[in-house]
Amino acid sequence: MTILIRGAGIAGLTLAHELAEAGHPVVLADIAASPGLGASYYAGGMLAPWCEGETAPAEVVRLGTEAVVWWERVLPDEVTRGGTLVVANARDAAELRRFASRTENHVWLDSQAIAEKEPDLAGRFSQALFFAGEAHLDPRAAMAALTEKLKGMGVDIRCGEAAHPLLEKEHGFPTVIDCTGPSARGLARGLRGVRGEMLVLETPEVALSRPVRLLHPRIPLYIVPRAGHRFMIGATMIESEDDGPASVRSVMELLNAAYALHPAFAEARLLETGTGIRPAYPDNTPRFSREGGNRYRLNGFYRHGFLLAPALARLVIRELGGIA
Amino acid sequence: MLTLYGQEIESRLLLGTARYPSPEILRQSVLASKAGILTVSLRRETAGGKGGGVFFHLIRELGVRLLPNTAGCHSAREAVLTAKMAREVFGTDWIKLEVIGDHDTLAPDVFELVEAARILASEGFKVFPYTTEDMGVGEKLLAAGCEVLMPWCAPIGTARGPVNAAALKSYRSHFQGVPLIVDAGIGRPSHAAFVMELGFDAVLLNTAVAGAGNPVDMASAFADAIEAGRQGFLAGLLEPRDMAVPSTPVIGKAVFS
Repeated sequence: MTILIRGAGIAGLTLAHELAEAGHPVVLADIAASPGLGASYYAGGMLAPWCEGETAPAEVVRLGTEAVVWWERVLPDEVTRGGTLVVANARDAAELRRFASRTENHVWLDSQAIAEKEPDLAGRFSQALFFAGEAHLDPRAAMAALTEKLKGMGVDIRCGEAAHPLLEKEHGFPTVIDCTGPSARGLARGLRGVRGEMLVLETPEVALSRPVRLLHPRIPLYIVPRAGHRFMIGATMIESEDDGPASVRSVMELLNAAYALHPAFAEARLLETGTGIRPAYPDNTPRFSREGGNRYRLNGFYRHGFLLAPALARLVIRELGGIA
Repeated sequence: MLTLYGQEIESRLLLGTARYPSPEILRQSVLASKAGILTVSLRRETAGGKGGGVFFHLIRELGVRLLPNTAGCHSAREAVLTAKMAREVFGTDWIKLEVIGDHDTLAPDVFELVEAARILASEGFKVFPYTTEDMGVGEKLLAAGCEVLMPWCAPIGTARGPVNAAALKSYRSHFQGVPLIVDAGIGRPSHAAFVMELGFDAVLLNTAVAGAGNPVDMASAFADAIEAGRQGFLAGLLEPRDMAVPSTPVIGKAVFS
């Protein structure tokens, strides 16, 4: 019995993988030209459940711990398990203590230990938190690799024009799962968009091996190293569904964070500014719900797409049980 | 009861709506706080057509009176523009006027503040100015048309509490009859109780609740502290003395020596 998944972002791709692996015929359709061009395209790709525990509910941490294992199993070449480094400027030391008191699975590093982990940060911070169990990936590379893998597993992926006839005739499928993220606003009750702006910088003058979070009382930000001397800097969190270009203020704050982390970022090339809309329910946690009949919805991943998609995909398989 | 611009407000807590872990926790915190007024921040990105519609809808559904603010504005011109957008979006002429002078400390630019207050008051806005404890500035704000003053007790988000208690006391006694709301710098329920004991009319806070380990419980703690401080003020507090004063009379007591 073929399952139609609407939306080939991180939720749809991950779910397609789990369903196909469980032996279900899957059709994955997206009106965009190729998979992974929605909210997931702008993601940081941090698999950091314990850091997220600073503000996210315990359930997010619990489900998120599955993510590193899942990604390493499914796409071993795409995942770097190097942990997360959390730093703050000297005057924001209280922020670091607060972060430590709200999170688990971390150790304190002194400036020497920081220098051993990240030589380029030597002498820049006197203390840091290190979350050894966390990992990161490049979302765009990971989604491209996952797409190829799905094709190899026999998943029928239809994008752009090719998707339209299928999406219009979804009633022809015994089971339909809607994973359309922010596009489902107005259709899914309580679903809203949360604007996020990000940058991509390029510089050979700084090297980092793992994501670094820079705490700040107003604008906490992170820098994720990518291949080719590139760095993704994210992300603002604005309660708005405006998907227009990044504002000067946001770009300034993001650049300030990079510069505060290492002054050599001043000479970096600004390759990209991007805006994504995170889909979120009022409690900022994802939901799998039955829309009626054979139609289901998986949405609301907020800022935790790569972190929670594996756990939610497994939940879908359990919930569907014998139905699918 | 607290009266602001002719409106009676049930609670003496004004709560900000920014930076909660989720809108759901915000909702629960508002209920626990019993806040009479919610401040809401309008950013340019949210002012356009699609804007922050859903988030604002969630806030409106709480049924609490809204006080939009001009957070993040650095000049009178910018603040006036934001205030007008807020009037459109929220349908209220109440505005919490914030004009930031220093990016680092978020201290108000009092010159631009007074200018913005003058313009907004002349256009019918009911202005709630975020200011320092400088009484001269307070006088100018009243002259500009403000009927409420909101001095800080410490810089925004610092959680330092009333760092200059003497100035706050003078401020209270100088502005008899003017509703005074302590805005910014409150970190703990005891800070809120303290300024209420000084006779301030209300307290405005955000980070102390939103950033707490458990925002909902913290909201409830602040509600109780503000109520306790107010009752303490009304009941007539004792002034500190230099010498011990026995609570039972000594005269007439048998002396064994």
